[in-house]
Order: sequence, then C-alpha cells, then structure tokens
Amino acid sequence: MTTTSAPAPQLTAQEPHAAVPQRIILRPKAGWQALDLAELWHYRELLWILALRDIKVRYKQTALGAAWAIIQPFLTMLVFTVFFAGYGKLPTDGVPPQVFYFCGLLPWQLFANSLTNAGNSLVGNQNLITKVYFPRLVMPASAVITGLVDFAIAFVVMLGLMAWYHVMPGWQIIFMPVFVLLAFFAALAVGLWFSALNVEFRDVRYVLPFLTQFWLFVTPIVYPSSIVTSPWKRMLLGINPMSGVVEGFRWSMLGRPTPGPLLAVSIATIGITLVGGLFYFRRMEKTFADRV
Amino acid sequence: MSDTAIKVDGLGKKYRLGGPSGNARYSYKSLRDVLAGAVTGSFRRNGHGKPPAEEFWALKDVSFEVTQGEVVGIIGRNGAGKSTLLKIISRITDPSAGQVEITGRVGSLLEVGTGFHPELTGRENIYLNGAILGMRRSEIDRKFAEIVAFAETEKFLDTPVKFYSSGMYMRLAFAVAAHLEPEILVVDEVLAVGDAAFQKKCMGKMSDVASQGRTVLFVSHNMNAIEELCGTVVMLDAGRARDSSKDVRAVIQRYLHGSGVGASAAEWRNPGKLFNFEEFHPSRFALTDAEGNPAIGIQRADAELWINIEADIRKLDPALTVGYAIYAESGETLYWSYQTDTGERSWPRLSLGQCVLRSKLPQRLLNEGTFRIELIGGLTQRAWFFEPGVSAPSISLTIQGGLSDSPLWMQRRPGLLSPVLPWTVSSAEHSGGILSN
Repeated sequence: MTTTSAPAPQLTAQEPHAAVPQRIILRPKAGWQALDLAELWHYRELLWILALRDIKVRYKQTALGAAWAIIQPFLTMLVFTVFFAGYGKLPTDGVPPQVFYFCGLLPWQLFANSLTNAGNSLVGNQNLITKVYFPRLVMPASAVITGLVDFAIAFVVMLGLMAWYHVMPGWQIIFMPVFVLLAFFAALAVGLWFSALNVEFRDVRYVLPFLTQFWLFVTPIVYPSSIVTSPWKRMLLGINPMSGVVEGFRWSMLGRPTPGPLLAVSIATIGITLVGGLFYFRRMEKTFADRV
Repeated sequence: MSDTAIKVDGLGKKYRLGGPSGNARYSYKSLRDVLAGAVTGSFRRNGHGKPPAEEFWALKDVSFEVTQGEVVGIIGRNGAGKSTLLKIISRITDPSAGQVEITGRVGSLLEVGTGFHPELTGRENIYLNGAILGMRRSEIDRKFAEIVAFAETEKFLDTPVKFYSSGMYMRLAFAVAAHLEPEILVVDEVLAVGDAAFQKKCMGKMSDVASQGRTVLFVSHNMNAIEELCGTVVMLDAGRARDSSKDVRAVIQRYLHGSGVGASAAEWRNPGKLFNFEEFHPSRFALTDAEGNPAIGIQRADAELWINIEADIRKLDPALTVGYAIYAESGETLYWSYQTDTGERSWPRLSLGQCVLRSKLPQRLLNEGTFRIELIGGLTQRAWFFEPGVSAPSISLTIQGGLSDSPLWMQRRPGLLSPVLPWTVSSAEHSGGILSN
C-alpha cells in the first residue's frame, strides 16, 4: 500500500535530539553583518554536493566532456606560441614557449572559469535561492570548487608537455598547491563581489566575459613579469592578484624566476578583496531572494 | 520554558515597487539606470529632493503564536501575503519590521522538486534535493530505501530524471521532501500538483506528520484540506492577519463571505425598463439564504441556497414558464429548472402584482468551481422572454469547500457534479435473489 500509516517510532518529538531545540530570532537586519562561519561549516555537505552536481552536469551534457578542459588552454597556448613567441619575439624566460604559456594559462584558466561560474552562480540558481534557505555563500563557493576539476585534468597535460620538452620541475613543486589555493581564493574573492553585484545589476553578466579577456592581458601570461624591471612598477603589477599567482605557479613548476615582493603584494590584494567580498556578500545576502 | 514553536510579533515585509524607470513589482536595476539616476538625482536634489520610492507592504503588523504540535492553516486571497509569511519563517527573506521567534529546526516545502536537475539520475537527485532541504548525507543514506519505496521509482533510479514522466518526477520529489523530519514543517500549496491519487498520498503523509506531534504551517487554497488537517487557522488579508481562531470552519466561512468576491455577481437587478413584459417584468434575480437574505457568490457546497426571482405581473398567462439554467465554467449546461416542472396541480399559483418565485438549489450537488446561473423563461411554444445564452440575465456562484463530511474526500473530484449519495450493503445471496427476480 502507498500510505505509511503507523508513525515510525524515531519520528516522535520526544527524541533526545529534540531535547535542546535551537532557538532563532528573525528580525530586520540593516547594514553590515558578522560572518557566520560556523553555519557555513554546518552546510559543508551542501557545498560539496552542489559542486558535485555542477561537475556531473558539465561532463554529462558536453559531447567532448573532459576534453574541453584541455582543448581550451592547449589551443590558446598554440596561438600564443606562434604569434607572440614566434612573430612577436616576446621573451619566455628561457623556457620553451609551449611550456611557458601553458604553465601560465593553467592557473589563469582556473581563475577565469571559476570567476565566471561564481559570478553567475546566484542568478543561475534563483529557483533555489527563492525557495530554500541556506547560507548563500555556498553558491559562489561551490562554483569555484567546480573549476578545480578542469584544472586537475589540464594539469596532467601540463606534466606531459614538460616531459616532452625535457623541463624537469625542481624542489619548488612542493609549493604548487599553495598557488592553486591562491588562485582559488582570488577567484572566490572577486567572484563574491560579482555574484552579489549580478543580483543587483544584470549588466554584470556582460561585464564578466569582457573583464576576464581584458584581465588576461594585464597578467604576465603572454609575457614574463621580468620585462618589468623597475621594482616600484613590479609592485604595481602585483596589485593584480593574478600576477603573483601566475608568477608563483610558474616558479613552482619551472623553478624560475623567484616572484619576490610582487607575490606579497598579490597575496595582500587577494586577502583584502576576499575579506571585503565576504562582508559585502553578507550585507547583500538578505536581499537576494527579493531581487534575484 | 514555554512550548511555543513560532512566535510572530508585529511582523512586516516591505517591497519597493519599481521606481520611475518601471512599474514591475521587482525591477532589475541596470548600471545605466543608476548612473543616469546619479546625474538626474544631482539636479533633483537642488529642488525637490529624492523622488518618492513607492513602497508596498506585503505583510504588515502580523502577530500570532503557534504552540508545538499545532497544525496551522494559513488562508487568504492571492497577494494577501501568505507566501511572504512562509518565506520569512523559512528564512528565505528577511522581515522589514517586527520579529519571529522560532524554536526548533524548520523544514520548508515551498515547491516540490526544488533543485532537481534534469540531467542527473533519480539517485543523484535524491541526494542533491535532500542536501538542499537540509538533510545530512547519513540521514539520506538511512532513509534512502524508504524514499524510493514511497516514490515507486525503483526501476528508474539510474535514469536521468529528464526521462521521467511528470507523475514520476513529482512522486520522487515529494518522497524526498516527505522524509524531511524537522520540528517545524512549512508547506506551501504543494498539494496543488499531481493527480488525485498522488494528492491523496500527499495528504496522508501530511496528516502523519501532524499526528507525530510536529508543528505544521500549511498554506493552501484548498479549504477542504485546511478544514481536515488544521487545528487553527490564520486568515491574511492585504498583508494583515484579519482572523485567527481554533474554530477553523467559522474562519473559513467568514473568509468566504468576507472576501467580497462575487458579492455583487450574486445578484442581478433590473435597472428599470429591461424585459418590460406585461406577463413577467423581473426586477431582481438573486441568490439568497433560506430566509431570503442576500447571499454572496462564494459558498460551500453544503450551504442552503435559494434562487429568488422578483417580478411584477400585469397580465396573467397560463403559458408563462420561468426558471433558471445553470452552466459550468466551461459553458456546459448542467440543467434547466422551471416553476412548471412538477405536475400541474403543484405549480406555484401566480397572481397579479409583485411576486417572488423561489427555488432551493440542491445542496451538495455542484462540485467546486464557478457556475453561471441564468434567468430563463417565456411563454411556452410562443416566445422567449429571457432566452438561454442569448438575452438572459445571469449571476454567478462559486462553490468552495463543504463537498463532503467524509475524511477520505478532501479534494475536488473530477466532474461537474459531486453529489454525496447513499450506499448500502446487502449479503451476496440476497443480492443474487434480487438479480434473479
């Protein structure tokens, strides 16, 4: 039969877990709010399962599936090699240009894809946001996690490319995860701002593709940051968080050149943007369901 | 410690209506608007100050209390603020005024299948949907078999849900939601979907939840379901709590009567010169109660209603037939009724001057829905005064609730009519005897 008639014993309200009911008070919130990281931790499973959903869907719907993660940076690398290194004669720090470009594109792609996903995460999931409660931060955070899978796939190709050109990573490779993490946080930091802005201003959807394209060229990917020699100007370059990330990632993989203070500036930028983004997001969070 | 589950105190929710650039309820700003606003705003500031932002209070000053284990129905017309209230209690949106104090974990079911992804399989969607609704993975693991059994979709667990029929999809979605075990369950109109069998199943599950001593907040337009499930009802009107009582039936009655819908539609008055026939000059055609007092156009199926036809007769004619025709919303005619339908002896005796013809509408015959009732009549075989569907004046009647006293009949059934007919039982030999006769 279809209906469950007898109530199952574990459902009664007198169970021990109900002994200490949590009490919450909902009242109007204005201005800046404290971050509730404990609650975010409580929802970690949701974070994970939403990321998993995006990954599964991404590879189910596309004909080439995982190949996309490789095709995009690989073709870009070829074009860069032919035009910038070949005809443009741009220096590549003494590394084969194929390896040099691919190595720069890897963290870049992680950042740009994650940023785009995060930026559209709230608007793209409006059916969830208007129907269920969960800390909204879960949305952009899970979008950024999704980008790590593409990164991992492309990373394998990177290793193959390095073997082909006989470039061996040195001891610095142990720092590689640090830079992946930095790219992750850079994407989250900027993504938080854009996802919240996207709810308010739908223009963000059009700004994002342009922004990532533009940003690619102010990041030392097609050129080494070593072409900027003045220490003061190098610091300026570091304000772009991705300068430090890309330079650092290259250093960890190829062993040269050491990033130096530029990296410190980038880490500081990421930190400031992230904390600012978290608070801005938290402040805007309460209006998402009404506006999205 | 008190056993209050939800305490709503002076709750208000304000929305800003579209500003000068639009009048949609929720308008998106574009950067262009903001930039343009900054420019024009700087001019305006010199003169008139800010343009007045139009505000709209979806909820205003709503207060009520729900004790643990209570099942509370929330009724009201569209736009009365029911959904906004549920959204605030389920923390989807923040209040603008007042506060809500909630004791216990809230699970909300504002839409069945929230977060289902068509590309994912049934199994994957159970986990996804469960997590979205706030279940732990271990909790879903534990209830997985039960959920699948309830949904009756074992065979299709590894098929993407985009290949599911809509019935299967709904069943799976409801199954996940039904196994959510919060201390407070918030439900919005989920029963409005699916076929009758599925709705019955949902209702069964709902009363299970209620019988387990959990608190339920239930929004619905289905008055039968509200009456059956809820111990208390809160009526919202234009964002305010107008009525709240444990006497569910009385509140529903007041709601149906007070809602004003069709109050004017339940009466037709002759402005004067229309249908000025010597044999029958109608002045009023209306629904009334047993005493002849005007009735409104929304009624329960078991309400006692009369059709009143008031007219002036200046010339008697034995061929006069007057009555009414009743139509379903789809336009189908349900039946005609005349004062001359019985044997000639029992016809009402008409006389010159003012007269009031009355006829009682059958109780518990019409199903839920809106019906049109036309005044029809004329001189038999000679002329129509009020020709059905052509010139006849009409009133309308909406039936809501009161279909049956049976606990198994809470929903609108298919069909235009929903009569409650008597049933008897007799032993097999006996009925065999009847058949052989």
